[in-house]
Amino acid sequence: MSAVTTSHSATEAARNRKFGPLYSRNVRAVIARGLMATKSSNWMVMLSGFFEPVLYLIAMGVGLGPIVGSVQGPGGAEISYAAYIAPALLAVSAMNGAVYDSTWNVFFKMNFAKLYQGMLYTSLGPLDVAMGEIFLALLRGLMYATGFTAVMGVMGLIATPWAVLMIPAAVLIAFGFASFGMGITSFMKTFQQMDWINFVMLPMFLFSATFYPLSVYPQYIQWFIQAMPLWHGVELLRQISVGAFTPATAVHIGYYLVMIACGLLLTTGRLRRLFLK
Amino acid sequence: MSPAETGPPQYVITAENLTKRYGDVVAVDGISFSVPAGEAFGLLGPNGAGKSTTMKMIGGVSQRTSGSLSIMGLDPDQNGPEVRAHLGVVPQQDNLDEELKVRDNLLVYGRYFGLPMSYLKPKADELLEFAQLTDKAKSKVDALSGGMKRRLTIARSLINEPRILLLDEPTTGLDPQARHILWDRLFRLKEQGVTLILTTHYMDEAEQLCDRLIVVDKGRIMAEGSPASLIREYSTREVLELRFGSERNATIGAELKGIGERLETLPDRVLIYAHDGEAALEEVSARGLRPVTSLVRRSSLEDVFLRLTGRSLVE
Repeated sequence: MSAVTTSHSATEAARNRKFGPLYSRNVRAVIARGLMATKSSNWMVMLSGFFEPVLYLIAMGVGLGPIVGSVQGPGGAEISYAAYIAPALLAVSAMNGAVYDSTWNVFFKMNFAKLYQGMLYTSLGPLDVAMGEIFLALLRGLMYATGFTAVMGVMGLIATPWAVLMIPAAVLIAFGFASFGMGITSFMKTFQQMDWINFVMLPMFLFSATFYPLSVYPQYIQWFIQAMPLWHGVELLRQISVGAFTPATAVHIGYYLVMIACGLLLTTGRLRRLFLK
Repeated sequence: MSPAETGPPQYVITAENLTKRYGDVVAVDGISFSVPAGEAFGLLGPNGAGKSTTMKMIGGVSQRTSGSLSIMGLDPDQNGPEVRAHLGVVPQQDNLDEELKVRDNLLVYGRYFGLPMSYLKPKADELLEFAQLTDKAKSKVDALSGGMKRRLTIARSLINEPRILLLDEPTTGLDPQARHILWDRLFRLKEQGVTLILTTHYMDEAEQLCDRLIVVDKGRIMAEGSPASLIREYSTREVLELRFGSERNATIGAELKGIGERLETLPDRVLIYAHDGEAALEEVSARGLRPVTSLVRRSSLEDVFLRLTGRSLVE
């Protein structure tokens, strides 16, 4: 079995395979690595990511809620202020988790831990690494969403079985942000540049109809916010939470599908440029 | 696999006119070389000579600008994953997975090659033994010394039983004990028929390990051959080092003319390259010159290297 020249079939196989030098169909190994690393070190970080929206819900919903009283939900029915902001906070936590995983985490592994350099000297291609990392970000998003939905249930903020669908919808939102986040991170070279990500995220969190309806803004600001991804996520989850669906629901979902497609294109293109230069 | 079969050697690596440009900068400028199976092949050169870039192109993690390159009959630009399945890579800086324990580093790395756990578990233990890290199996990577990390990196690079091992400055930053242990491990691999491709700054390391080497400077090959043949070709058998004190070193050259085959004046000493160093020293005394210190030594690869790539500092 002297394999000084490898059989021709390997060459053929790579040529016929999509993304030949970029992808070796071994996303599993990247995922397994991530799970093993989490098991040993990342528990505290993971927990803090879960508690953040819960703390907001308690502070704003339970604390501020009684002063605000009840507000009008998506279907027109009156709901408590806590029930109004809870799905929005779930959307925010899906966004935050996915963005953290796909930006800071990836930035660190790329530039300091040199983890990807090591991986890419194996049979893995950049696409295996990217898909593995995105999957891990989504898995984390799924855990947060499940936990937060359970908290909503315990606090009596869920009135319809439809609310269970908030979990897959939150994963969809996380997917949108994760696929973009990784592509954007590949442009970043310094910590100062990474701060720009927070600079975009914080206003998006505060102003995307998270704590009060969009109607308080003048028309042109409304348009601007409606172009942003988080608003679609907030609206989508809010509709699901009360089971009130409109044609806009499809628009929100469509927005994320397009975002995921564009994000994956961007990320793959960047990985090709970064790692096969 | 024995490389001693008759007939033409089987080359595991063939590069022809290999070129890499980054914008206007030419990192590798049309180099050609072939490496037969089982050889220990060295790339020597000052910083920025293009050694690491060449290594990256071999691994298919950097695409060449032009020229051809074949690794085990495959083009690394087209078949990156397949080529790397046959490669073990020891990068210049350790990039062990700090979030995983020592043994897990080996297992997880093996998974990146798509290897099954039933193969990896005994293999990981075998490699820990080989790297003398068995009692560190459950330690965190952080807790290892520099030499241990290096050995773990080498153990990791062997998890897929590579035919070719790429070592980029494997012993930089290690103490002498750790270096000698590492050399011993590399010798054993060579005995097993693994082809070693090695870059290094240490000439003694190159002399110890390499069957054949190329000296690269500014992306070009300056010389090629075995350490002994390079010394024969570019230096004399022995070197006489004389110190006359820093004021006199510069002016003494004229008085030493004609002794040995070549004379080199450095700020701190004068080097006389001669077939017979002792005879040269006698002639120096016969001319009535009294150096403060004198030393006769055998010519080394370092003399060749400095002659070919110059003595000025490369930034």
